[in-house]
Amino acid sequence: MSTTTHRAEATIEAVPDLPVIRIVREFAATTQQLFRAHTDPDLYARWVGPASVSTTIDHWDARDGGSFRFRNHRGEEEFAFRGCFHTVRSRLIVQTFTWEGMPDDVALETLVFEDLGGGRSRLVVQSLCDSMEGRDAWLASGMEVGVDEGYAALDGLLADGAV
Amino acid sequence: MSDQLSRVFAALADPTRRDMVARLTSGDATVGELAAPYDVSVQAVSKHLKVLEEAGLVSRGRDAQRRPAHLEAEVFDLMTKWIERYRREAEERYRRLDDVLAELNQTNEDDRLQEGTAS
Repeated sequence: MSTTTHRAEATIEAVPDLPVIRIVREFAATTQQLFRAHTDPDLYARWVGPASVSTTIDHWDARDGGSFRFRNHRGEEEFAFRGCFHTVRSRLIVQTFTWEGMPDDVALETLVFEDLGGGRSRLVVQSLCDSMEGRDAWLASGMEVGVDEGYAALDGLLADGAV
Repeated sequence: MSDQLSRVFAALADPTRRDMVARLTSGDATVGELAAPYDVSVQAVSKHLKVLEEAGLVSRGRDAQRRPAHLEAEVFDLMTKWIERYRREAEERYRRLDDVLAELNQTNEDDRLQEGTAS
């Protein structure tokens, strides 16, 4: 199952027989900049959470064998995520990712930064979950959260002429 | 997650049921026809079919003898929409990343300009 719209937009693929989610997106940036936005905690905190939440980085050590923990909060609600950086290289990050609400469900994420030339790059994120159920739970997460404010954020961008 | 969607995904979490759904995409089939490729009893296939039926993925024909199973394509559309929603969330996230990257580009540009005036 996959959906594709405009070429520049993110494409997603949920492989029917494997507990995998794959997202592909192109950026008007170099692979070095993409790498920085994924490994610098201050930059990462600015884009990772849904629009309505703020992100606090509790711990961040982006190197082979390092780890991270961050919290998204909105009002009283708080969601904490953590994981281990397995491999951190200029074009490749391999890490685990866990929502602390289901700490035994661990996804293995592989992030690849491809140089497209001309200051453009492609990001390929593959998440391998430990079961089909785990994968579907990830797909379902944020179903109630974030949808409305997601559209609101998009409206804002459209109004600003940013899109 | 809405109840129907959780039932749909739970129903499809089983490989035999996913196979049966794949078989039904090419046309309606009776329990016997669905059971043929598997090393399981007709009863077991009936049970799987019931789960698919309860999830709304499959309906059964009125013909009392055969009661062929029919795939409900609209429910699949619902799943596609669900995944599309997840995709949109990812897209929102990456639009924020676009902004961060644009700023990095700008910072580089400013540095270059500053170096230019300094020299």
